Amino acid sequence: MKHFLDARGLSCPLPVVNTKNEIVNMKPGEIVEVLVDNEIAVQNLTKFAKVRSHGVLSEKIAENHYQVVITVGETKGEEGAVEDAAEKLTEEVFDPEECVPCRNKKTAVVLSSNQMGNGAEELGKALMKAFIFALTKQDRLPDVVLLYNSGAFLSCEGSDSLEDLKALEAAGVQISTCGTCLNFYGLTEKLGVGSVTNMYDIVETMYGADQIIRP
Amino acid sequence: MEERIFCKGGGCTAKLGAGALSRVLSKLPKKADPNLLVGFDSNDDGAVYQINEGQAIVSTLDFFPPLVEDPYLFGAIAAANALSDIYAMGGRVLSALNIVCFPESMDLNILGQILQGGNDKVLEAGGTLAGGHSIADADIKYGLSVTGLVDPRRIYRNTGCREGDALILTKKLGVGIILTARRIGEASEEAVKEAVDSMLTLNKSAAEILEDYSVHACTDVTGFGFLVHLREMLDGRFSAVIESGQVPVFDVCKAYAEEFYLTAAAQKNRNFIGEKVQFEGVDFSMEEILFDPQTSGGLLISVPADEAAEIVERMHKAGLPAQVVGFVTEKQDKDIIVR
Repeated sequence: MKHFLDARGLSCPLPVVNTKNEIVNMKPGEIVEVLVDNEIAVQNLTKFAKVRSHGVLSEKIAENHYQVVITVGETKGEEGAVEDAAEKLTEEVFDPEECVPCRNKKTAVVLSSNQMGNGAEELGKALMKAFIFALTKQDRLPDVVLLYNSGAFLSCEGSDSLEDLKALEAAGVQISTCGTCLNFYGLTEKLGVGSVTNMYDIVETMYGADQIIRP
Repeated sequence: MEERIFCKGGGCTAKLGAGALSRVLSKLPKKADPNLLVGFDSNDDGAVYQINEGQAIVSTLDFFPPLVEDPYLFGAIAAANALSDIYAMGGRVLSALNIVCFPESMDLNILGQILQGGNDKVLEAGGTLAGGHSIADADIKYGLSVTGLVDPRRIYRNTGCREGDALILTKKLGVGIILTARRIGEASEEAVKEAVDSMLTLNKSAAEILEDYSVHACTDVTGFGFLVHLREMLDGRFSAVIESGQVPVFDVCKAYAEEFYLTAAAQKNRNFIGEKVQFEGVDFSMEEILFDPQTSGGLLISVPADEAAEIVERMHKAGLPAQVVGFVTEKQDKDIIVR
Protein backbone atom coordinates (compact mmCIF):
# COMPACT_ATOMS: atom_id res chain seq x y z
CA MET A 1 0.00 0.00 0.00
CA LYS A 2 1.23 3.46 -0.82
CA HIS A 3 1.13 5.99 1.98
CA PHE A 4 0.77 9.67 1.37
CA LEU A 5 1.63 12.77 3.43
CA ASP A 6 1.14 16.39 2.45
CA ALA A 7 3.62 18.28 4.61
CA ARG A 8 3.47 21.50 2.61
CA GLY A 9 2.99 24.51 4.85
CA LEU A 10 4.64 22.74 7.79
CA SER A 11 7.95 24.00 9.09
CA CYS A 12 10.91 21.83 10.12
CA PRO A 13 11.00 19.45 11.94
CA LEU A 14 7.34 18.52 11.29
CA PRO A 15 7.73 17.07 7.77
CA VAL A 16 10.35 14.64 9.07
CA VAL A 17 8.63 13.92 12.38
CA ASN A 18 5.29 13.21 10.66
CA THR A 19 7.01 10.97 8.11
CA LYS A 20 8.79 9.12 10.90
CA ASN A 21 5.46 8.56 12.68
CA GLU A 22 3.84 7.33 9.45
CA ILE A 23 6.63 4.78 8.92
CA VAL A 24 6.02 3.29 12.37
CA ASN A 25 2.87 1.67 10.96
CA MET A 26 4.42 0.54 7.69
CA LYS A 27 6.12 -2.65 6.55
CA PRO A 28 9.54 -2.97 4.86
CA GLY A 29 9.21 -2.35 1.15
CA GLU A 30 6.17 -0.10 1.48
CA ILE A 31 6.35 3.40 0.06
CA VAL A 32 5.43 6.75 1.55
CA GLU A 33 5.15 9.76 -0.71
CA VAL A 34 5.73 13.09 1.07
CA LEU A 35 5.02 16.52 -0.39
CA VAL A 36 6.96 19.50 0.97
CA ASP A 37 7.31 23.12 -0.08
CA ASN A 38 11.03 23.80 0.33
CA GLU A 39 14.43 22.44 -0.55
CA ILE A 40 15.65 22.30 3.06
CA ALA A 41 12.75 20.01 3.99
CA VAL A 42 13.74 17.73 1.07
CA GLN A 43 17.28 17.64 2.43
CA ASN A 44 16.13 16.91 5.96
CA LEU A 45 13.88 14.07 4.72
CA THR A 46 16.73 12.68 2.60
CA LYS A 47 19.04 12.85 5.60
CA PHE A 48 16.43 11.07 7.74
CA ALA A 49 15.93 8.30 5.17
CA LYS A 50 19.67 7.67 4.73
CA VAL A 51 20.37 7.59 8.45
CA ARG A 52 17.48 5.15 8.95
CA SER A 53 18.48 3.00 5.92
CA HIS A 54 15.33 3.71 3.92
CA GLY A 55 15.39 4.20 0.17
CA VAL A 56 14.79 7.77 -0.95
CA LEU A 57 14.17 9.66 -4.17
CA SER A 58 13.14 13.27 -4.56
CA GLU A 59 11.92 15.47 -7.35
CA LYS A 60 11.00 19.12 -7.75
CA ILE A 61 7.53 19.16 -9.26
CA ALA A 62 6.96 22.91 -9.35
CA GLU A 63 7.93 26.08 -7.52
CA ASN A 64 7.46 25.41 -3.76
CA HIS A 65 6.34 21.86 -4.50
CA TYR A 66 8.66 18.89 -4.01
CA GLN A 67 7.93 15.18 -3.84
CA VAL A 68 10.03 12.84 -1.69
CA VAL A 69 9.41 9.11 -2.09
CA ILE A 70 10.66 6.93 0.74
CA THR A 71 10.78 3.13 0.55
CA VAL A 72 10.79 1.64 4.02
CA GLY A 73 14.01 -0.34 4.63
CA GLU A 74 14.34 -3.89 5.99
CA THR A 75 15.12 -2.80 9.53
CA LYS A 76 12.44 -0.07 9.48
CA GLY A 77 15.28 2.15 10.61
CA GLU A 78 15.40 0.70 14.09
CA GLU A 79 18.36 -0.44 16.15
CA GLY A 80 21.95 -0.52 14.84
CA ALA A 81 20.94 0.80 11.44
CA VAL A 82 21.51 4.35 12.59
CA GLU A 83 25.21 3.98 13.17
CA ASP A 84 25.89 2.06 9.98
CA ALA A 85 24.23 4.77 8.01
CA ALA A 86 26.06 7.69 9.55
CA GLU A 87 29.01 7.29 7.21
CA LYS A 88 26.83 6.91 4.17
CA LEU A 89 25.30 10.20 5.14
CA THR A 90 28.42 12.29 4.90
CA GLU A 91 29.38 10.63 1.64
CA GLU A 92 26.08 10.84 -0.14
CA VAL A 93 23.53 13.25 1.21
CA PHE A 94 25.72 16.29 1.11
CA ASP A 95 26.99 15.84 -2.35
CA PRO A 96 26.04 19.33 -3.52
CA GLU A 97 24.90 18.04 -6.89
CA GLU A 98 22.31 15.84 -5.25
CA CYS A 99 21.21 18.30 -2.62
CA VAL A 100 21.05 21.59 -4.40
CA PRO A 101 19.80 20.94 -7.91
CA CYS A 102 20.18 24.59 -8.88
CA ARG A 103 23.94 24.17 -8.50
CA ASN A 104 23.96 21.83 -11.48
CA LYS A 105 23.84 24.90 -13.64
CA LYS A 106 27.41 25.68 -14.55
CA THR A 107 28.23 29.33 -14.11
CA ALA A 108 31.32 31.00 -15.50
CA VAL A 109 32.34 34.52 -14.53
CA VAL A 110 34.41 36.16 -17.25
CA LEU A 111 36.68 39.05 -16.29
CA SER A 112 38.09 40.40 -19.54
CA SER A 113 39.36 43.66 -18.06
CA ASN A 114 40.68 44.98 -14.77
CA GLN A 115 37.90 47.57 -14.91
CA MET A 116 34.14 47.26 -14.77
CA GLY A 117 32.21 49.19 -17.39
CA ASN A 118 33.44 52.05 -19.59
CA GLY A 119 34.34 55.37 -18.02
CA ALA A 120 36.88 56.77 -15.61
CA GLU A 121 39.68 54.29 -14.95
CA GLU A 122 39.68 54.92 -11.21
CA LEU A 123 35.96 54.21 -10.98
CA GLY A 124 36.18 51.18 -13.25
CA LYS A 125 38.86 49.63 -11.04
CA ALA A 126 36.94 50.34 -7.84
CA LEU A 127 33.81 48.81 -9.34
CA MET A 128 35.66 45.67 -10.37
CA LYS A 129 37.10 45.28 -6.88
CA ALA A 130 33.60 45.65 -5.38
CA PHE A 131 32.18 43.19 -7.93
CA ILE A 132 34.69 40.48 -7.02
CA PHE A 133 34.13 41.11 -3.31
CA ALA A 134 30.34 40.84 -3.77
CA LEU A 135 30.91 37.65 -5.77
CA THR A 136 32.50 36.03 -2.71
CA LYS A 137 29.33 36.75 -0.73
CA GLN A 138 26.88 35.00 -3.05
CA ASP A 139 24.95 31.98 -1.79
CA ARG A 140 25.67 30.23 -5.04
CA LEU A 141 29.26 30.67 -6.15
CA PRO A 142 30.28 30.34 -9.79
CA ASP A 143 32.05 27.18 -10.96
CA VAL A 144 34.85 29.05 -12.61
CA VAL A 145 36.29 32.56 -12.94
CA LEU A 146 38.10 33.21 -16.23
CA LEU A 147 40.53 36.11 -16.42
CA TYR A 148 42.00 37.37 -19.68
CA ASN A 149 43.48 40.46 -21.29
CA SER A 150 43.88 43.14 -18.56
CA GLY A 151 41.65 40.96 -16.36
CA ALA A 152 44.86 39.00 -15.78
CA PHE A 153 46.10 41.80 -13.50
CA LEU A 154 43.34 40.90 -11.03
CA SER A 155 44.76 37.48 -10.18
CA CYS A 156 48.36 38.69 -9.83
CA GLU A 157 50.41 40.04 -6.96
CA GLY A 158 49.56 43.66 -6.21
CA SER A 159 45.90 43.20 -7.10
CA ASP A 160 43.34 44.53 -4.63
CA SER A 161 41.15 41.52 -5.41
CA LEU A 162 43.76 38.85 -4.73
CA GLU A 163 42.38 37.94 -1.29
CA ASP A 164 38.81 37.75 -2.60
CA LEU A 165 39.87 35.49 -5.46
CA LYS A 166 41.78 33.32 -2.98
CA ALA A 167 38.63 33.08 -0.87
CA LEU A 168 36.68 31.97 -3.94
CA GLU A 169 39.33 29.38 -4.73
CA ALA A 170 39.21 28.12 -1.13
CA ALA A 171 35.45 27.76 -1.54
CA GLY A 172 35.98 25.48 -4.54
CA VAL A 173 35.77 27.98 -7.41
CA GLN A 174 38.24 27.35 -10.24
CA ILE A 175 40.29 30.48 -10.98
CA SER A 176 41.88 30.38 -14.44
CA THR A 177 44.03 33.10 -15.96
CA CYS A 178 45.00 33.28 -19.63
CA GLY A 179 48.67 32.34 -20.03
CA THR A 180 49.18 34.36 -23.20
CA CYS A 181 47.89 37.43 -21.39
CA LEU A 182 50.18 36.89 -18.37
CA ASN A 183 53.07 36.60 -20.79
CA PHE A 184 52.12 39.71 -22.74
CA TYR A 185 51.91 41.89 -19.62
CA GLY A 186 55.04 40.33 -18.07
CA LEU A 187 53.02 38.89 -15.20
CA THR A 188 53.93 35.21 -15.55
CA GLU A 189 55.95 35.15 -12.33
CA LYS A 190 53.37 37.18 -10.44
CA LEU A 191 50.26 34.97 -10.67
CA GLY A 192 48.93 34.89 -7.09
CA VAL A 193 45.94 32.59 -7.28
CA GLY A 194 44.55 29.74 -9.37
CA SER A 195 46.06 28.22 -12.49
CA VAL A 196 47.13 29.23 -15.99
CA THR A 197 44.81 28.39 -18.84
CA ASN A 198 44.87 28.49 -22.66
CA MET A 199 42.47 29.54 -25.38
CA TYR A 200 41.30 25.99 -25.98
CA ASP A 201 40.22 25.73 -22.30
CA ILE A 202 38.67 29.19 -22.34
CA VAL A 203 36.53 28.30 -25.36
CA GLU A 204 35.56 24.96 -23.85
CA THR A 205 34.66 26.52 -20.47
CA MET A 206 32.52 29.22 -22.05
CA TYR A 207 30.87 26.68 -24.35
CA GLY A 208 30.11 24.34 -21.47
CA ALA A 209 28.66 27.01 -19.16
CA ASP A 210 24.90 27.41 -18.75
CA GLN A 211 25.40 30.95 -17.62
CA ILE A 212 28.17 33.44 -18.32
CA ILE A 213 28.48 36.50 -16.10
CA ARG A 214 30.40 39.42 -17.57
CA PRO A 215 30.56 42.49 -15.34
CA MET B 1 -2.47 33.08 36.17
CA GLU B 2 0.57 32.33 34.12
CA GLU B 3 0.82 34.44 30.98
CA ARG B 4 1.91 32.73 27.78
CA ILE B 5 3.01 34.18 24.51
CA PHE B 6 2.74 32.57 21.14
CA CYS B 7 6.06 31.44 19.74
CA LYS B 8 7.06 30.14 16.35
CA GLY B 9 10.64 29.45 15.31
CA GLY B 10 12.16 32.23 17.39
CA GLY B 11 15.60 33.08 18.66
CA CYS B 12 18.56 33.07 16.37
CA THR B 13 16.91 30.63 13.95
CA ALA B 14 14.87 33.62 12.74
CA LYS B 15 17.91 35.36 11.17
CA LEU B 16 18.09 36.32 7.51
CA GLY B 17 20.60 34.27 5.53
CA ALA B 18 24.14 35.63 5.41
CA GLY B 19 24.25 35.52 1.62
CA ALA B 20 21.01 37.45 1.07
CA LEU B 21 22.06 40.09 3.56
CA SER B 22 25.51 40.76 2.22
CA ARG B 23 24.10 41.29 -1.28
CA VAL B 24 22.04 44.17 0.07
CA LEU B 25 24.82 45.58 2.23
CA SER B 26 27.33 45.55 -0.59
CA LYS B 27 25.16 48.05 -2.49
CA LEU B 28 25.42 50.70 0.22
CA PRO B 29 27.97 53.47 -0.21
CA LYS B 30 30.67 53.35 2.47
CA LYS B 31 32.37 56.22 4.21
CA ALA B 32 35.92 55.56 5.29
CA ASP B 33 36.47 56.69 8.89
CA PRO B 34 39.80 55.72 10.45
CA ASN B 35 38.22 55.73 13.90
CA LEU B 36 35.79 52.99 12.91
CA LEU B 37 38.03 50.09 13.93
CA VAL B 38 35.47 47.34 13.25
CA GLY B 39 32.57 47.88 10.87
CA PHE B 40 30.57 46.30 8.06
CA ASP B 41 33.64 44.97 6.29
CA SER B 42 34.22 42.24 8.81
CA ASN B 43 31.73 39.71 10.06
CA ASP B 44 32.50 40.67 13.63
CA ASP B 45 30.06 40.65 16.53
CA GLY B 46 29.78 44.40 17.03
CA ALA B 47 30.99 47.71 15.62
CA VAL B 48 33.91 49.40 17.36
CA TYR B 49 34.56 53.17 17.20
CA GLN B 50 37.68 54.61 18.77
CA ILE B 51 37.17 57.81 20.77
CA ASN B 52 40.65 58.24 22.23
CA GLU B 53 43.88 56.29 22.63
CA GLY B 54 42.62 54.04 25.40
CA GLN B 55 38.88 53.89 24.77
CA ALA B 56 36.58 52.70 22.02
CA ILE B 57 32.79 52.35 21.92
CA VAL B 58 31.34 48.94 21.02
CA SER B 59 27.83 49.08 19.53
CA THR B 60 25.62 46.11 18.84
CA LEU B 61 21.95 45.35 18.30
CA ASP B 62 19.98 42.13 18.40
CA PHE B 63 16.29 41.28 18.56
CA PHE B 64 14.10 38.34 17.62
CA PRO B 65 10.68 36.68 18.03
CA PRO B 66 9.87 34.66 21.16
CA LEU B 67 11.57 31.29 21.50
CA VAL B 68 10.07 30.37 24.88
CA GLU B 69 6.50 30.93 26.05
CA ASP B 70 7.23 32.68 29.32
CA PRO B 71 7.44 36.46 28.62
CA TYR B 72 9.88 37.24 31.44
CA LEU B 73 12.27 34.48 30.33
CA PHE B 74 11.97 35.54 26.69
CA GLY B 75 12.92 39.11 27.63
CA ALA B 76 15.87 37.95 29.71
CA ILE B 77 17.16 35.54 27.03
CA ALA B 78 16.82 38.16 24.27
CA ALA B 79 18.78 40.61 26.45
CA ALA B 80 21.49 38.08 27.37
CA ASN B 81 21.85 37.29 23.67
CA ALA B 82 22.19 40.97 22.70
CA LEU B 83 24.63 41.74 25.53
CA SER B 84 26.78 38.78 24.48
CA ASP B 85 28.19 40.60 21.46
CA ILE B 86 29.81 43.17 23.76
CA TYR B 87 31.54 40.38 25.68
CA ALA B 88 32.58 38.64 22.48
CA MET B 89 34.43 41.84 21.50
CA GLY B 90 36.19 42.05 24.88
CA GLY B 91 34.10 44.99 26.09
CA ARG B 92 32.13 46.03 29.17
CA VAL B 93 28.44 46.99 29.05
CA LEU B 94 27.58 50.66 29.62
CA SER B 95 23.95 51.14 28.59
CA ALA B 96 21.18 49.57 26.55
CA LEU B 97 18.02 50.62 24.70
CA ASN B 98 14.92 48.42 24.28
CA ILE B 99 13.71 47.44 20.82
CA VAL B 100 10.07 46.34 20.96
CA CYS B 101 7.48 45.13 18.44
CA PHE B 102 4.17 44.33 20.14
CA PRO B 103 0.58 43.76 18.94
CA GLU B 104 -1.82 46.52 20.01
CA SER B 105 -4.48 43.98 20.86
CA MET B 106 -2.30 42.06 23.31
CA ASP B 107 -2.22 42.38 27.09
CA LEU B 108 0.34 45.03 28.08
CA ASN B 109 1.24 43.04 31.18
CA ILE B 110 2.97 40.58 28.86
CA LEU B 111 5.07 43.40 27.46
CA GLY B 112 5.80 44.51 31.01
CA GLN B 113 7.17 41.08 31.84
CA ILE B 114 9.31 40.94 28.70
CA LEU B 115 10.83 44.33 29.55
CA GLN B 116 11.38 43.32 33.14
CA GLY B 117 13.31 40.24 32.01
CA GLY B 118 15.43 42.44 29.76
CA ASN B 119 16.00 45.05 32.45
CA ASP B 120 17.15 42.45 34.98
CA LYS B 121 19.78 41.14 32.56
CA VAL B 122 21.08 44.63 31.75
CA LEU B 123 21.44 45.31 35.49
CA GLU B 124 23.22 41.98 35.96
CA ALA B 125 25.58 43.03 33.17
CA GLY B 126 26.42 46.17 35.15
CA GLY B 127 24.70 48.43 32.60
CA THR B 128 21.75 50.81 32.65
CA LEU B 129 18.62 50.56 30.55
CA ALA B 130 18.38 54.06 29.13
CA GLY B 131 15.28 54.04 26.91
CA GLY B 132 14.00 52.41 23.78
CA HIS B 133 11.51 52.40 20.95
CA SER B 134 8.32 50.40 20.48
CA ILE B 135 6.23 49.70 17.39
CA ALA B 136 2.77 48.17 17.05
CA ASP B 137 3.24 45.04 14.98
CA ALA B 138 1.49 41.76 14.21
CA ASP B 139 4.05 39.65 16.09
CA ILE B 140 6.11 40.14 19.22
CA LYS B 141 9.80 40.88 18.81
CA TYR B 142 12.19 42.09 21.47
CA GLY B 143 15.84 42.84 21.89
CA LEU B 144 18.40 45.48 22.79
CA SER B 145 20.73 47.95 21.27
CA VAL B 146 23.76 47.88 23.55
CA THR B 147 26.65 50.31 24.01
CA GLY B 148 29.85 49.11 25.63
CA LEU B 149 33.41 50.22 26.17
CA VAL B 150 36.57 48.42 25.07
CA ASP B 151 40.28 49.09 25.16
CA PRO B 152 41.18 49.46 21.46
CA ARG B 153 44.42 47.54 22.08
CA ARG B 154 42.46 44.60 23.46
CA ILE B 155 39.60 44.10 21.03
CA TYR B 156 38.72 40.42 20.58
CA ARG B 157 38.31 39.92 16.85
CA ASN B 158 36.51 36.98 15.22
CA THR B 159 39.69 36.07 13.41
CA GLY B 160 43.33 36.06 14.42
CA CYS B 161 43.94 32.56 15.75
CA ARG B 162 47.43 31.07 15.43
CA GLU B 163 48.72 27.61 14.72
CA GLY B 164 48.84 25.52 17.90
CA ASP B 165 46.17 27.58 19.69
CA ALA B 166 43.70 25.75 21.92
CA LEU B 167 40.01 26.33 21.21
CA ILE B 168 37.75 26.80 24.23
CA LEU B 169 33.94 26.68 24.20
CA THR B 170 32.24 28.10 27.29
CA LYS B 171 28.64 26.82 27.02
CA LYS B 172 26.97 23.55 26.07
CA LEU B 173 25.68 23.11 22.52
CA GLY B 174 22.18 21.95 21.61
CA VAL B 175 19.69 24.64 22.66
CA GLY B 176 18.26 24.75 19.11
CA ILE B 177 17.51 21.03 19.15
CA ILE B 178 15.92 21.21 22.62
CA LEU B 179 13.72 24.17 21.63
CA THR B 180 12.68 22.35 18.44
CA ALA B 181 11.72 19.27 20.45
CA ARG B 182 9.86 21.61 22.80
CA ARG B 183 7.92 23.21 19.95
CA ILE B 184 6.39 19.87 18.98
CA GLY B 185 5.82 18.83 22.60
CA GLU B 186 8.61 16.24 22.76
CA ALA B 187 11.10 17.86 25.16
CA SER B 188 11.35 17.00 28.82
CA GLU B 189 10.92 19.80 31.34
CA GLU B 190 14.42 19.20 32.73
CA ALA B 191 15.92 19.56 29.25
CA VAL B 192 14.09 22.83 28.62
CA LYS B 193 15.10 24.19 32.00
CA GLU B 194 18.74 23.32 31.38
CA ALA B 195 18.66 25.01 27.97
CA VAL B 196 16.89 28.11 29.33
CA ASP B 197 19.36 28.41 32.23
CA SER B 198 22.21 28.25 29.75
CA MET B 199 20.66 30.94 27.52
CA LEU B 200 20.10 33.15 30.58
CA THR B 201 23.77 32.92 31.56
CA LEU B 202 25.64 36.08 30.55
CA ASN B 203 29.02 35.65 28.88
CA LYS B 204 30.23 38.30 31.34
CA SER B 205 32.20 36.08 33.73
CA ALA B 206 33.82 34.21 30.81
CA ALA B 207 34.88 37.52 29.24
CA GLU B 208 36.23 38.86 32.54
CA ILE B 209 38.38 35.76 33.09
CA LEU B 210 39.77 36.18 29.57
CA GLU B 211 41.08 39.66 30.43
CA ASP B 212 44.06 38.01 32.14
CA TYR B 213 45.10 35.95 29.10
CA SER B 214 46.25 36.32 25.48
CA VAL B 215 43.05 36.02 23.46
CA HIS B 216 43.92 35.58 19.76
CA ALA B 217 40.30 35.37 18.56
CA CYS B 218 36.87 35.26 20.17
CA THR B 219 33.26 35.08 19.00
CA ASP B 220 29.95 34.01 20.45
CA VAL B 221 28.34 30.90 19.00
CA THR B 222 24.86 31.82 17.71
CA GLY B 223 22.62 31.09 14.74
CA PHE B 224 25.28 29.72 12.41
CA GLY B 225 26.16 26.94 14.85
CA PHE B 226 29.54 25.89 16.25
CA LEU B 227 31.15 24.70 13.01
CA VAL B 228 30.28 27.74 10.87
CA HIS B 229 31.43 30.16 13.57
CA LEU B 230 34.64 28.15 13.98
CA ARG B 231 35.27 28.15 10.25
CA GLU B 232 34.85 31.93 10.19
CA MET B 233 37.44 32.16 12.97
CA LEU B 234 39.93 30.06 10.97
CA ASP B 235 39.64 32.67 8.20
CA GLY B 236 40.77 30.36 5.40
CA ARG B 237 44.29 30.55 6.84
CA PHE B 238 44.18 27.68 9.33
CA SER B 239 42.42 24.41 9.96
CA ALA B 240 41.16 22.98 13.24
CA VAL B 241 40.90 19.53 14.76
CA ILE B 242 37.90 19.14 17.07
CA GLU B 243 37.68 16.33 19.62
CA SER B 244 33.94 15.68 19.61
CA GLY B 245 34.13 13.86 22.95
CA GLN B 246 35.39 17.07 24.59
CA VAL B 247 32.63 19.34 23.26
CA PRO B 248 30.17 20.33 26.01
CA VAL B 249 26.63 19.31 24.97
CA PHE B 250 23.28 18.85 26.71
CA ASP B 251 23.06 15.09 27.35
CA VAL B 252 19.52 14.72 26.06
CA CYS B 253 20.33 16.36 22.72
CA LYS B 254 21.75 13.22 21.16
CA ALA B 255 18.49 11.37 21.70
CA TYR B 256 16.48 14.30 20.30
CA ALA B 257 18.75 14.54 17.25
CA GLU B 258 18.25 10.83 16.58
CA GLU B 259 14.49 11.49 16.60
CA PHE B 260 15.13 14.19 13.98
CA TYR B 261 13.94 17.15 16.02
CA LEU B 262 16.11 19.28 13.77
CA THR B 263 15.79 22.85 12.53
CA ALA B 264 15.90 24.05 8.96
CA ALA B 265 18.65 26.43 10.08
CA ALA B 266 20.93 23.51 11.03
CA GLN B 267 20.54 22.05 7.55
CA LYS B 268 21.36 25.45 6.03
CA ASN B 269 24.47 25.58 8.20
CA ARG B 270 25.42 22.10 6.94
CA ASN B 271 24.90 23.12 3.34
CA PHE B 272 26.92 26.30 3.87
CA ILE B 273 29.99 24.49 5.16
CA GLY B 274 29.58 21.50 2.83
CA GLU B 275 32.72 19.51 2.19
CA LYS B 276 34.97 21.78 4.20
CA VAL B 277 34.40 19.70 7.32
CA GLN B 278 35.43 16.07 7.67
CA PHE B 279 33.83 13.82 10.27
CA GLU B 280 35.90 10.84 11.37
CA GLY B 281 33.80 8.27 13.20
CA VAL B 282 31.42 10.86 14.66
CA ASP B 283 27.79 9.92 15.42
CA PHE B 284 25.09 11.44 13.25
CA SER B 285 23.58 13.06 16.35
CA MET B 286 26.87 14.75 17.24
CA GLU B 287 27.18 16.08 13.68
CA GLU B 288 23.75 17.66 14.06
CA ILE B 289 24.64 19.20 17.42
CA LEU B 290 27.74 20.80 15.90
CA PHE B 291 25.52 22.40 13.20
CA ASP B 292 22.74 23.32 15.66
CA PRO B 293 21.89 27.05 15.73
CA GLN B 294 22.39 28.49 19.23
CA THR B 295 20.62 31.42 20.86
CA SER B 296 22.64 33.21 23.53
CA GLY B 297 25.39 30.64 23.00
CA GLY B 298 28.79 30.55 24.68
CA LEU B 299 32.07 32.13 23.66
CA LEU B 300 34.42 30.30 21.32
CA ILE B 301 37.97 31.42 22.06
CA SER B 302 41.36 30.80 20.48
CA VAL B 303 44.20 31.09 23.03
CA PRO B 304 47.81 29.89 23.34
CA ALA B 305 47.69 26.21 24.29
CA ASP B 306 49.71 26.73 27.48
CA GLU B 307 47.13 29.16 28.87
CA ALA B 308 44.09 26.99 28.12
CA ALA B 309 44.08 24.70 31.16
CA GLU B 310 44.17 27.59 33.62
CA ILE B 311 41.39 29.47 31.78
CA VAL B 312 39.16 26.39 31.78
CA GLU B 313 39.87 25.77 35.46
CA ARG B 314 38.89 29.33 36.37
CA MET B 315 35.75 29.07 34.22
CA HIS B 316 34.75 25.85 36.00
CA LYS B 317 35.15 27.66 39.32
CA ALA B 318 32.81 30.36 37.94
CA GLY B 319 30.25 27.62 37.20
CA LEU B 320 30.71 27.48 33.42
CA PRO B 321 30.85 24.13 31.55
CA ALA B 322 33.84 25.35 29.49
CA GLN B 323 36.12 22.84 27.76
CA VAL B 324 39.10 22.78 25.43
CA VAL B 325 37.37 21.34 22.36
CA GLY B 326 40.24 21.23 19.88
CA PHE B 327 43.29 22.87 18.37
CA VAL B 328 44.24 25.15 15.52
CA THR B 329 46.54 23.53 12.96
CA GLU B 330 48.23 24.69 9.78
CA LYS B 331 45.92 24.93 6.78
CA GLN B 332 44.90 21.51 5.52
CA ASP B 333 42.69 20.30 2.71
CA LYS B 334 39.68 20.31 5.05
CA ASP B 335 39.00 23.41 7.16
CA ILE B 336 37.74 21.40 10.12
CA ILE B 337 38.33 17.79 11.09
CA VAL B 338 35.99 16.44 13.77
CA ARG B 339 36.99 13.14 15.33
